[in-house]
Amino acid sequence: MIGLRGSGRETRAEHAQEGSGTKAWIGWPSFLLPAALLILFASWLPAIAAGERLHFALAWIPSLGVNLSFLVDGLSLTFALLITGTGAVVALYSGTYLAGHPHFARFYLYLGLFMVAMLGLVLADDLITLFVFWELTTVASYLLIGFDHASAKARRSALQALLLTGAGGLALLAGLILLATAAGSFELSEILASGDAVREHGLYLPILVLVLLGAFTKSAQVPFHFWLPNAMAAPTPVSAYLHSATMVKAGIYLMARMHPVLSGTDAWIWTLTIAGATTAVLASVIALRQTDLKLALAYTTVMALGTLTMFLGAEATVAIAAAVTFLIVHALYKAALFLIVGILDHQTGTREADQLGGLARAMPISACIAAAAGLSMAGFPPFLGFIGKELKYEGALAIASEPLLVATAAVLANALMVALAGIVALRPFLGNRRQTPRAPREAPIRLWIGPAFLAALGLSFGVAPALIADTLVQPAVTAILGRPETVKLALWHGINIPLLLSALTLALGLAIYARHRRLRAALAGLESRLPTTADQAWDGLLDGLRSLAAAQTRLLQSGVLRRYLLLTFATLALAVGTTLFAVDAVRLPRLWPELLVKEWAALGLVSAGALLAATTQSRLTAICALGVVGVGVALLFLMFGAPDVAITQLLVETLFVVLVAVVMLRLPRLQPDHGSARGGRLRDAGVAVLVGAVVTLVLLAVVDGPIDRSVTAYFEQASVPEAFGRNIVNVILVDFRALDTFGEIAVVAVAALAALALIRGGGLRRARS
Amino acid sequence: METALAILVGLLVAASVYLMLGRNVLRFLFGLVLLSNAANLTIFAAGRLTRAAPPLIPEGLAAPADLVANALPQALILTAIVIGFGLLAFTLVLVYRAYLALGTLNSDRMRYAEPHLDDDPKTMSQPEQQAS
Repeated sequence: MIGLRGSGRETRAEHAQEGSGTKAWIGWPSFLLPAALLILFASWLPAIAAGERLHFALAWIPSLGVNLSFLVDGLSLTFALLITGTGAVVALYSGTYLAGHPHFARFYLYLGLFMVAMLGLVLADDLITLFVFWELTTVASYLLIGFDHASAKARRSALQALLLTGAGGLALLAGLILLATAAGSFELSEILASGDAVREHGLYLPILVLVLLGAFTKSAQVPFHFWLPNAMAAPTPVSAYLHSATMVKAGIYLMARMHPVLSGTDAWIWTLTIAGATTAVLASVIALRQTDLKLALAYTTVMALGTLTMFLGAEATVAIAAAVTFLIVHALYKAALFLIVGILDHQTGTREADQLGGLARAMPISACIAAAAGLSMAGFPPFLGFIGKELKYEGALAIASEPLLVATAAVLANALMVALAGIVALRPFLGNRRQTPRAPREAPIRLWIGPAFLAALGLSFGVAPALIADTLVQPAVTAILGRPETVKLALWHGINIPLLLSALTLALGLAIYARHRRLRAALAGLESRLPTTADQAWDGLLDGLRSLAAAQTRLLQSGVLRRYLLLTFATLALAVGTTLFAVDAVRLPRLWPELLVKEWAALGLVSAGALLAATTQSRLTAICALGVVGVGVALLFLMFGAPDVAITQLLVETLFVVLVAVVMLRLPRLQPDHGSARGGRLRDAGVAVLVGAVVTLVLLAVVDGPIDRSVTAYFEQASVPEAFGRNIVNVILVDFRALDTFGEIAVVAVAALAALALIRGGGLRRARS
Repeated sequence: METALAILVGLLVAASVYLMLGRNVLRFLFGLVLLSNAANLTIFAAGRLTRAAPPLIPEGLAAPADLVANALPQALILTAIVIGFGLLAFTLVLVYRAYLALGTLNSDRMRYAEPHLDDDPKTMSQPEQQAS
């Protein structure tokens, strides 16, 4: 960890001269674009608040009913504002934070790609569009997390995030397609209206499981929580962006989006409540154990995601309002705090909790911002965080199914949040000055203006909650619940149970904060005694996958030709055979075929020849037996009206026997084959009989059905008038299908040339000399 | 009639698969011969058998007067026979050449491309240029 953190800084310093100046301007358009989008989206606010829904569509794959369509309602607009707002702040900040980095321009490319992907995801109306952007966020986050690609840890974290969220994405794709099948449309705007039909559909449970798998992996719910803290390998502005408003919120967005369609069943309520509550409490406990400020913040993000999931499990309006408000609160304070930690790291050279202290005098502005963001995180009035927390308690108590569980989890997680806010936002600035790797100086304005803006928003929305109540929260709640709702936000609700719970939370949180060092040591001890962590289990899973692949390769790719053939034939027989039975295509002949004696004789000739060729140990016998088979087949052609074929067959057969005989003179005798083991021979014979039987069954099924002779009829009618030929077969070959015949001649010519080259053996002689 | 041919094709395929699973590549070649015969007969039977006249149009007529054998599968089989011959001739030469280069017809010992770690180097055949 320490080595990694150092390395990023050194790289930056080393390349400061060569990289700087040339592409520094890229930071500005990267900031102005999201800022302009932010203003554009903000201009839509009044229309959305009035209950409108904006819709843009472009036909994409009309034959499949797939469109490139976008939908703007309260929920997507809230997310779009968070994405562009945080995006602008992060872009501005990165311009200074990463100044002179050799891959400065690349960073902005990835960041921009990521922002576009997130915007597309939250604005998509079409399920396939949504999925494409969902995958794009996965790819972009892989590039961002692995940005410091020289570090093995960054590469591992990036791959872990890619594999885990990519696997979830696959599940999501399956879920979305099932959903479209159940709802009869790929358009979200239509699906959202058919919630009852989907819930009663037989596919509801598979849809729910698959969609939630996608959401839980993306939003780091237990047991998929481990990739997110690892994603801290990314540069700090990226972490700020990924954690506050984007990547990890994609899963939350998905659950909120699907709320009108999938929610309300026991499966939905219990899965979300339990997964969310477990994640929230577990993550806040692990967060307390961390000494690295950035890592502690990462776990608080997991906690926030758990809380949001828990509340999205509910139906009550106030619970959903709590989720939406907390979403905004969290995005504002989390981005600000990450950026502050980045400033601390940038200005002092460390972000270890124990090495920082008393920086308020040296960095007063950063200290103020940190305090504002931290107080919002802890839920002190008059910050927005307080309203969010009150709403959470109110929402928890309003959840009909399990108010006690949800309220307990919320209080516990929030108390730990209070303690963590103290650790992350206050301790570095208060108390005694400690020795830091670099002498602390106040950050330049381009670093602190962004977080200051976010923290100020947290304060002003808290003082005047009406700013967001009608314009953001209410439309979003309406969109999530799929019915018109009124939401009122206020700082003061009177003395009630939520207020009492708040007081309890603060007291508990302060108590934890006071003892956090001892608690941290205890937790560290506990952690070292755990048999395994999710992260290690993941490595075990990957190792298992690799050994499975290796074992499977050893088994299937043995390098022995016979085994390849055996597997291929056995697979063929089993696949075709089971299909025959599955589609009920087995047609056994009812009558014994009525054949003439000469036909029986030809059949007997071919059968005897084949059996002899298969069993003989003598080369000469084998060649003769093959000749017999060839002649027998030619006789069959002759008897059933194909004299041309019969003649060709005889000629070719004769020619081939001569060729084999000539070559055979130079080859050794046949040894007893199929291994000395009797078992091997029996196994081969078994597979052979199986393949033969399947072919017979297929042919019987084919001849049982009707035959379409229209092509033949055409040839019969057209032969004389169009091609002036009376032998229809000949006419087909040299006239109607002349190009095919030309191809056939070419094949024979190529085979002859290749055979000639092999016999001449030029390569061999050259190699020898 | 098609039934009898279906069973015959099954028998040919079984014999050919059995031969192809052998160690000796010459046997593999024999299996290939049987398999191309089986394939031709399959096409023939799928086009339905008839003891009727060959698909010829008598002088003075524009189309066959009575039912004649299905001409389309016959044309396909003719192409298949010739291409099959090309394949077999090439395979035969390849077998011969492999024997010259590797000194064996046993496919188990033709491990030059995919050697096994536990293969005994003495029993494993190598191209001549390596051996000499």
